[in-house]
Amino acid sequence: MSTYWKDYFRRNGMALGLFVLLAVMVWMLVMIILPQLYMLDFSFRTNVPPPQWGTDTHTYTLEHYRYLLYGNVNATESFNYLDLGVFGRTIIAAVFVTFIDLCLCYPVAYYLAHVAKGGWGRLMVMSLIVPFWVNELLRAFAFKVMFGTGGVINDALMWLGILDQPYDFIRENVALYSGLSYAYILLMIFPIYNAVESLDRNQIEAARDMGAPWWRIHWRVVIPHAKPGITSGSTMVFMLTAGALAAPQILGGPSSLWFTQLVYKWFNNSANWARGSAYALVLLVACIVFVLLMMRIFKVKLGEIAR
Amino acid sequence: MSADVKLEDVWIRFGSFEAAKDVNIHIQEGEFFSFLGPSGCGKTTLLRAVSGFLEPSEGKVLIGGQDMAGIGPNKRPTALIFQNLALFPLMKVWENIAFPLEVRGVGKAERRKRADELLELIALPDQGDKMVNELSGGQKQRVAIARALAAEPDVLLLDEPLSALDLKLRQHMRTELRAIQQRVGITFIYITHDQGEALTMSDHVAVMSQGVIEQVADGNTIYDSPQTAFVASFVGENNHFQGKVTAADGDMVTVETPSGVLRGRNIERDGKPQLAAGDQALVFIRPESLRFVDGEKKRDNVLEATVERQEFEGNFWQVFLQVKDCPRVVSLSMVNDGSSVGHDVGAQVKIGCDAAHAVALPVGQMAAE
Ligand SMILES: Nc1ncnc2c1ncn2[C@@H]1O[C@H](COP(=O)(O)OP(=O)(O)OP(=O)(O)O)[C@@H](O)[C@H]1O
Ligand SMILES: [Mg+2]
Repeated sequence: MSTYWKDYFRRNGMALGLFVLLAVMVWMLVMIILPQLYMLDFSFRTNVPPPQWGTDTHTYTLEHYRYLLYGNVNATESFNYLDLGVFGRTIIAAVFVTFIDLCLCYPVAYYLAHVAKGGWGRLMVMSLIVPFWVNELLRAFAFKVMFGTGGVINDALMWLGILDQPYDFIRENVALYSGLSYAYILLMIFPIYNAVESLDRNQIEAARDMGAPWWRIHWRVVIPHAKPGITSGSTMVFMLTAGALAAPQILGGPSSLWFTQLVYKWFNNSANWARGSAYALVLLVACIVFVLLMMRIFKVKLGEIAR
Repeated sequence: MSADVKLEDVWIRFGSFEAAKDVNIHIQEGEFFSFLGPSGCGKTTLLRAVSGFLEPSEGKVLIGGQDMAGIGPNKRPTALIFQNLALFPLMKVWENIAFPLEVRGVGKAERRKRADELLELIALPDQGDKMVNELSGGQKQRVAIARALAAEPDVLLLDEPLSALDLKLRQHMRTELRAIQQRVGITFIYITHDQGEALTMSDHVAVMSQGVIEQVADGNTIYDSPQTAFVASFVGENNHFQGKVTAADGDMVTVETPSGVLRGRNIERDGKPQLAAGDQALVFIRPESLRFVDGEKKRDNVLEATVERQEFEGNFWQVFLQVKDCPRVVSLSMVNDGSSVGHDVGAQVKIGCDAAHAVALPVGQMAAE
């Protein structure tokens, strides 16, 4: 270990070495560890107004976690089905959105990396990136308008004679899933693109030369090679979708709640920061556990994601 | 099973660039055929046309008498070993070898058995469970061959498969490859820019330059009777002298060069002698055909020269000479049989050879030094 550091400082010089080290440590501490520790601490304390923080009334308690599980002390149900249901649905929906993104992005990434040549490929990349200059809220509202009962999509489908009356895409959550799928599509495409691009073309040709049909080439050669990219893209999309707020708020149907909306409610409308923290942490931990589980199942190592 | 390969009037163009020009070749079934040529002359391109990754712009590729137009690489009876091998790094060695069988839906136990047999063939028994990157360069090489053979192709195509290996291993693999070819008995089409490889292994060699096939013949003929200036200068060491043909009689010509009058063989091409009186010609004499002339013995071709420097290479001496009115240094090599007497640097000597060892060819493009 000490030789590692000696080597590190020799390579980077004392000044730069120290700066990078400090910057990374400050970044980790201030941006990542401290805020989360705060949240953690908060989630285990009673909900008191800010002036009383740190006083005797601000004691440790498990009531917020208890609430998520069992609801109000005098509730009639044995479990807090409402909130737990929202939680479960959010996770499942996030998995669904991740899966849709994967199915959409893998072919696009492969196409960009190995088929598209020169100008045409660049044009495609541009047309993927540029729409994301439009901010998230505007994009969400645009989707809302587009999918609305009087929107372009309904108009087109009716004009084509596929529908005879407008379909409520918002109520049925089609708009929500479309919006969420679109929101993080770049985070799926680029890791896969990077992974696929580093595959030696000759391997694809060798497989083809040996008689493999296209699906087997992908299954045995391209996908195994792209697995780290697929994992890292899927992880990001899943985490961000599960934690999305704007899209569910704007595009969600009247009956559908996203778990983040509950968190938001506790923080904001109900001014119960402690409970909000508890809910948010449960979401975070659940997502991490879920991702680790998936990586276990698909035999991916954590280190590979960062490649 | 084995099949012959025929290229008929094949042209391959990339835009306005012509990578293969009017190629006509018939490769017999079961033979070891090599394409030899400098880097960028179009060898890989031709091989890709045979394997089906590329359709010729004009002309036909026939394998086993069947026109291959429109038949993809996965449907052709060929297997290609890539210049960089293209083994699958995420599969085990045996899975690599069994991949062509997997494609055909052969069951796992059977695949494993066949892979083990092939590992035996390439002298790597019990290495099937390793990962590819745990093998040495030569072992990877052999795994690539086994994988190609597992596909049971009629024609095996090899794109400079030995170029990444060091000299010792390369020489060993040459014999190995040749032995494997004779054991399996299928047609091998081998690409290389290493003439030693081409000459030692092949039944026939096609020498290529800039998309043109210069000559197709067995190794001896290529070396002893090159048909073009390119072949003469590319294959092996050669000295050349330019001059004008003064007489063409039978299969010999007399060429008057600034350094002296030289007689050489008038090499035929397409059944016709290439030189006639009055033509510009190049006379090629190999270093090992040149001898010091010591007065008594008559030689057809005699040149006056000054010894410039000599190098002792163990089994032979390499002598570099300045020949009168010849702009290039001429080299002469002598077997070190213990009797050969060295000459001092700067000594005035006469060198020469028999007309049978000199080859006269029309002036043409030469191989780059
Ligand atoms: N897809 C392509 N597009 C344009 N030009 C190409 C293409 N493929 C090959 N060429 C050109 O064709 C020529 C022959 O290339 P090829 O790869 O066949 O050479 P080679 O004889 O195999 O050389 P090496 O010994 O270096 O492998 C080269 O000048 C190359 O630039
Ligand atoms: Mg090549």
